Amino acid sequence: MAYSDTVMDHFENPRNVGKIEDADGIGEVGNARCGDIMKMYLKIDNDVVTDVKFNTFGCGAAIATSSMATELIKGKTIEEVLTLTNKAVVEALDGLPPVKIHCSVLAEEAVKSALVDYYKRSGRQMPKALQDFKIDEDAHDS
Amino acid sequence: MSIYFDNAATTVCGETAAQAVYTAMKEVYGNPSSVHRLGQKAAVVLDRARSDTAKVLNCEAKEVYFTSGGTEADNWAIRSAARTGALKGKKHIISSKFEHHAVLHTLNALEKEGFEVTLLDVYSDGLVRVDDLADAVREDTALVTIMYANNEIGTVQPVAEIGALCRLKGVIFHTDAVQAVGHIPVDVKRDNVDMLSLSAHKFHGPKGVGALYVRQRTPLNIFIEGGAQERGKRGGTENVPGVSGLAAALTEANERLEENAAKTIAIRERLVNALLEIPKSRYNGDPTKRLPGIINFCFEGIEGESLLLKLDAAGICASSGSACTSGSLDPSHVLLAIGLSHEVAHGSLRLSFNERNSVEEADFIIKTLPTIIEKLRSMSPVWEKIQKGGK
Ligand SMILES: Cc1ncc(COP(=O)(O)O)c(C=O)c1O
Ligand SMILES: [Zn+2]
Repeated sequence: MAYSDTVMDHFENPRNVGKIEDADGIGEVGNARCGDIMKMYLKIDNDVVTDVKFNTFGCGAAIATSSMATELIKGKTIEEVLTLTNKAVVEALDGLPPVKIHCSVLAEEAVKSALVDYYKRSGRQMPKALQDFKIDEDAHDS
Repeated sequence: MSIYFDNAATTVCGETAAQAVYTAMKEVYGNPSSVHRLGQKAAVVLDRARSDTAKVLNCEAKEVYFTSGGTEADNWAIRSAARTGALKGKKHIISSKFEHHAVLHTLNALEKEGFEVTLLDVYSDGLVRVDDLADAVREDTALVTIMYANNEIGTVQPVAEIGALCRLKGVIFHTDAVQAVGHIPVDVKRDNVDMLSLSAHKFHGPKGVGALYVRQRTPLNIFIEGGAQERGKRGGTENVPGVSGLAAALTEANERLEENAAKTIAIRERLVNALLEIPKSRYNGDPTKRLPGIINFCFEGIEGESLLLKLDAAGICASSGSACTSGSLDPSHVLLAIGLSHEVAHGSLRLSFNERNSVEEADFIIKTLPTIIEKLRSMSPVWEKIQKGGK
């Protein structure tokens, strides 16, 4: 099992690490039992993700996917962010070893769960794509 | 620069052993079964390797069977004892929860074939209890297989007491001594062992070669059909280079056992004292009943694989029992067996070293590790919770 150079770059120099004290939405997914936990903080202005930060407890793949996911959504509209898939994150990282795909699922989930939190806090109508968002425990457990 | 602290995974082949391998390949290349002089020369080398190995274990040469390594020796010993027991209607096997997979997976297979397996608990000190074993032994117990020393946390089991109990009860006792041989004194007579597995690459010998000691009159099955080699029990032209390397490495390790242990223990104690200073760190296993060269620590709030990657980037080779390093969702069965929670077990680090490592290398680890841990903790939501919880 070897990580791509891009994965190693994002692991060694993760982008957007940290917290946003006055975040508009926070999502935390994963659990310490399985070994990867991701916490995502979003700042949202006019339906645009103006800032994003993350904290991750996990393996190289988990940290690199968190980092890449933040890069992919920063400056994007919520509509665009909602199209983000775990697959796109993995592709942007030039792939992950097969046994590590389950760790990358968390990135997409963390972003969506932070958005759900944003809509709950703001009391705005949740877009359809988020209404039936449920953290896919099975996907992560498989 | 590379600092190798993963000697429980494998060791560098020593000069003497490498030379013995080379000589067997290039000069004594005859087939030990051949009648001619080159064949006979190889037979002498083979015999010599066997008697040298026997000397270290304190047994007879004919009690030593060469194998392809520790995994094979474990498979062979357990399968053989199981079959022997089954012939007498004994289909119960006792082992422990933190054995190597070479043992546990063989036992799983036997369970599917109708054997009953009792796995003894391992306590938080990383040791099994002889009393538990005494309670578990039954009329139909065919085999007790308990490792000599654990490969992840380094604790040394009360093998002599276990051996004495098994001898008293008339149960075959096998021990996986892969991590012990060449590092601490192992004596099959003193320890009342009936079968013992060892592997050359754990004590500066070559990879892919090991041995199984089988006490005289302990029944042993044919493992590989096809020839008279290994007293007819394991057919196939012998790995003369491999066993030459094994014997050379073992002899050397045995000659320097005390000296090497003293040097290794000095490194160990230096590391342990320093790593215990790291907040929320935990030293796994009994501090004294252990091998000179394996230590295992957990650092709360971080995950093992990312720790290993950062250490590697700093030039330090180590290992971990986290789930993400094993490619499964659960952390190491050894760490769970000693009672650690999943959360804590994910943050484990194994450092394994020997006389070839230096105090300077240990100091480099002592200097580097805390910074890495701090960095990972600073971005860890789990650490944040631990801090907030004031735990
Ligand atoms: C305790 C123990 N048993 C068995 C083995 C397997 O030995 P080998 O690699 O020679 O098959 C190892 C090493 O990985 C070990 O540490
Ligand atoms: Zn992971």
